[in-house]
Amino acid sequence: MASIKMRAKITDGVTTLKVLISHPMDTGLQKDKKTGKKIPAHFIQEVVCKHKDTTIMTANWGPAISKNPYLSFNFKGAAAGDTINLSWVDNKGEKDSSDVVIK
Amino acid sequence: MTSMKRRLFLKGSLATGAVGIAVSTGLLTPRVSMAAWSKAAFEATDINGGLTALYGSSSMDKSDKIKIKAPDIAENGAVVPVSVTTSIDGVSSISLFADKNALPLTADFKLGPGTEGYVSTRIKMGKTANVIAVVKAGDKLFSSSKEVKVTIGGCGG
Repeated sequence: MASIKMRAKITDGVTTLKVLISHPMDTGLQKDKKTGKKIPAHFIQEVVCKHKDTTIMTANWGPAISKNPYLSFNFKGAAAGDTINLSWVDNKGEKDSSDVVIK
Repeated sequence: MTSMKRRLFLKGSLATGAVGIAVSTGLLTPRVSMAAWSKAAFEATDINGGLTALYGSSSMDKSDKIKIKAPDIAENGAVVPVSVTTSIDGVSSISLFADKNALPLTADFKLGPGTEGYVSTRIKMGKTANVIAVVKAGDKLFSSSKEVKVTIGGCGG
């Protein structure tokens, strides 16, 4: 599942990471319009971002993050050419992981 | 075994008892992580409950060093872009709450070494509410809020 689109760019020693993940992020409150049944909750709970085995950011998410989540943050201490790894796990145990090279 | 675990997890997520919590939290930490997903915090129905479950305390100071960038009026509550920037030193986490949502805690970002006090994401909002950013620096909690008017809610249907 290539569910992660990610870009990392370094400017003046600060790396900006921008991430888009394709995921339904169902809250568990919404109803299926055809059947009238509730769509079960299905959302990403944890996103972990690593640079050289150091965890630089862990995001714990609830169902109130929008569908196809977007995430961006900055950090220092990396260099162009380094690899950033990002992985997520959802409430059904599904997961994905992806690497990106800092430009 | 995987499918078995999934069964157990689904049961766990439905149950409200302590057993359900134990089962799901046990399964939700497939690897060593800095912080396990806090079921109690994300299922809390008010901000104080969420804060207490997340940080063990709900006392916080208002701070003007936290800037929330969000639209004044969000036409679609399903996608509200929110950015939080803070100039407080030693920030270890940033949490986002939407105070009128059924489950106010939307996200909790644990910032590790080298990160700057900035996160940006998109959240869902049920109705017009205050977006509250809570920043943890050292042992103290700081907060700031911004009202976002929502014309079409995005939490259910």
